[in-house]
Amino acid sequence: MTREELKNKIISFGIDISFPEEETPFLTLSVNPSYLHQLAKQLKEDTDTSFDYMFCQTGIDWLENMEVVYHLRSTSHGHEVAVKTQITNREKPTVDSVYDLWKTADFHEREIFDLLGIRFNNHPDLRRIFLDDNWEGFPLRKDYVDEINIVEL
Amino acid sequence: MSTEVVNEIKEQDYFINMGPQHPSTHGVLRLLLSLDGEIIKSVEPHLGYIHRSIEKMCERDSYKMIVHLTDRMDYLSCHMNNEAVCLAVEKAIELEVSDRVKVIRTIMSELTRLSSHQLWWGVMGMDLGAITSFLYGFRDREMITDIFEETCGARLTMNYNVPGGVMFDIPDNFQTKVKEFITHFKKKLPEYDDLLSNNVIFRARTEGVGVLSNKDAISYGVTGPSGRASGFSCDIRKKNPYSAYDRVDFKEILYSDGDCFARYKARIDEMWESMSIIEQLIDNIPEGSARETTRAVIKLPKGEFYQTVETARGEFGVYIVSDGKKSPYRLKFRSPGFSTLNALNTMAKGGKIADLVAIMSTIDLVIPDIDR
Amino acid sequence: MKFDIYDFSVLTASIHESLGSMMGETAVMITEMVIVGIIFLTLFAVLGLILVYVERKICAFFQQRLGPMRVGFWGTAQTLADVIKLLLKEPLITKNADKFLFNLAPFIIIIASFMAIAAIPFANGLHAFDIDIGIFYITAISSIGVVGVLLAGWASNNKYSLIGAMRSGAQIISYELSVGLSLLTIIVLTGSLQFSEIIESQRDGWWLFRGHIPAFIAFVIFLIASTAETNRGPFDLAEAESELTAGFHTEYSGLKFAFFFLAEFMNMFIVAAIGATVFLGGWMPLHFGALESFNSIMDFIPPIFWFFGKTAFIIFLMMWFKWTFPRLRIDQLLTLEWKYLLPINLINILIMAFFVLNGWYF
Repeated sequence: MTREELKNKIISFGIDISFPEEETPFLTLSVNPSYLHQLAKQLKEDTDTSFDYMFCQTGIDWLENMEVVYHLRSTSHGHEVAVKTQITNREKPTVDSVYDLWKTADFHEREIFDLLGIRFNNHPDLRRIFLDDNWEGFPLRKDYVDEINIVEL
Repeated sequence: MSTEVVNEIKEQDYFINMGPQHPSTHGVLRLLLSLDGEIIKSVEPHLGYIHRSIEKMCERDSYKMIVHLTDRMDYLSCHMNNEAVCLAVEKAIELEVSDRVKVIRTIMSELTRLSSHQLWWGVMGMDLGAITSFLYGFRDREMITDIFEETCGARLTMNYNVPGGVMFDIPDNFQTKVKEFITHFKKKLPEYDDLLSNNVIFRARTEGVGVLSNKDAISYGVTGPSGRASGFSCDIRKKNPYSAYDRVDFKEILYSDGDCFARYKARIDEMWESMSIIEQLIDNIPEGSARETTRAVIKLPKGEFYQTVETARGEFGVYIVSDGKKSPYRLKFRSPGFSTLNALNTMAKGGKIADLVAIMSTIDLVIPDIDR
Repeated sequence: MKFDIYDFSVLTASIHESLGSMMGETAVMITEMVIVGIIFLTLFAVLGLILVYVERKICAFFQQRLGPMRVGFWGTAQTLADVIKLLLKEPLITKNADKFLFNLAPFIIIIASFMAIAAIPFANGLHAFDIDIGIFYITAISSIGVVGVLLAGWASNNKYSLIGAMRSGAQIISYELSVGLSLLTIIVLTGSLQFSEIIESQRDGWWLFRGHIPAFIAFVIFLIASTAETNRGPFDLAEAESELTAGFHTEYSGLKFAFFFLAEFMNMFIVAAIGATVFLGGWMPLHFGALESFNSIMDFIPPIFWFFGKTAFIIFLMMWFKWTFPRLRIDQLLTLEWKYLLPINLINILIMAFFVLNGWYF
């Protein structure tokens, strides 16, 4: 499906989403974290979209909010989409896990939790993955300070 | 902020450590096996032994410096990792590279893929006990590393691709040496089949072992030869061709069994395909400049950019979120090994410890690629 | 048939007489035992040195490299250097290990090897212990080695060693059956368990050729089973489990480790020697029944060279296996024995007995 058709199809799901104005490599849409799981489930299960392969899950720290970006591809149709969700609560950011839809989220979400501190509800085993279990802080956040280890240029 | 530690291993399980130091060269990975006698109940990988916070460093470094960091991730597919970042940057600043550059990049990528698979084959035999294969694999790999040394100046971390082209033009004897290597290796690859593929013991240890179904491969995102052996058609060179891949003719290797032997065969067949790609390109390298000039410090426009390439292990992705400065705001590397390691528990559950060794060697992990 | 094979019994008889003229009966016996003991100790050590060096060189040639080249002329002093290194290592013992059993285990294995090597005929007249139940004695003695392996694994107080020892023990006990049965196939032809008689009966030709098909099958089974017996080659799961652990001798260091290492090579020599004796004629030169002139030419080569040549050939085969094949998993190993080798062996004995009754052998 082309971008236009895909856009119309996703709008027809009836979930509250928005499309950013910037130029993006894939069709990008933004959704509220509380509707994320519902949208993701529909994107996967609807036969016209059938996004069964999540190839990348990223966490980004914009200082006023935190964002999780899901890049999805369909193996049968070949189209791709990027789903973004902004989490405004910086103290305790949480969002639903998509482990039940794409099992690759297991490690990806652990990594986002480890480096950015975003918690995922219903994740089977949310622990730090790269850093020690008793590490304080989340290094990939923009306000992370570590005088000893971080070398500024 | 307190972290909850959810322990999957219960106290009364019998567990062993396949510790960070390994006799085989996969890298520093700690596997916690929960056993029931000889049968594995679960495998839990513990990562982070070689985590160098590359993504954080990329937020501070300029784009040309980032290219140098990508070598150190999957060090057996240097050219392809470098190519990913270079292609992303070139697409963002809308720089068109010459045909010569595209063909050179493709040839070097395929040579890298060949050398990575040769190393994989050697280590696979060694893990399973046929230690001789290790030396055969390395012997054949020497010819490729010699070519790389003459062209790029280094044998392991080559840093040959730069945004705009390649670092140096290819030397005069490049084409002869590559053709010599292809002729030599075409005779040696059937030897590999004789030594391992047709050996009864090897087949008994790999057939039916570590099966990964098609659905699981897609759900876990296992790409590369491991995914294609489960029937997941994911070759980026075919789906989103880049560099010179749209002008060569090659097959995508797919098998449907999903066991260790299918993954093994997929890689061996990929070696034949790589040689065929190189043969198609080596004689007609177009003339042109080997490197376009770029600014000294490249600044990407505001926005996001994504580039995937097909490395020897699978789909490697670079996701750049730029805010117009000289370093990216966020750079994420989608590493193929990360998703494959996720699927290890599914593949190894219910098998024996010796099966785990066979599975680990067929999925061909490079741990620095996972830990970044 | 006229030939005169070099006969060592002339030499040994003269030594016996000269000793007898010097001292009394018991003293002669004790002196002879001491001499034989010293000769075997030296043989053990020298053979161990040579075998380790040969293994490294052969392994290197299979892998297209040179192997040890620097220590000594073409690396011949390499093993000596390794032995010195092992002697200088600190003998460790784990904290809660059972000290007595831990120290005893390597000795049991070495003693078993010594007792087995005593019964092997090296040349005509050079046979230390020619008991009339020769083959039976050797198979019984080699079973004692298993005790050493299990003790080593248990006394180390290390769960990995225990797993390795259990596997090794299961493997050795299973494959002893096949070794015994394949030797039995030839005993059906010879009619006697005594080594010297087995060799005498091969005066007209080796049993491998004279027993044709069943003897050949028995030989192949013997090769496979004896490689498994000695924990070598494609059956080295217990020790080269460097996938996970180092097997039953993980906790040993220094001289005790050297004992295990040496015992493995000596076991290889012993099974190769038994194979050479039973199937390939021991020290008997290559004879073909009626060809008299051919036989006389063969007799010029001293029997001791024949013996060591045949043993070396079988050792080469065993080393070839190790460096070519990947290793089997424990369940595949035991399946091979119980589901394939054992039935084939039993049927083979029946066939051989049938042939012997009908006289269908050379």
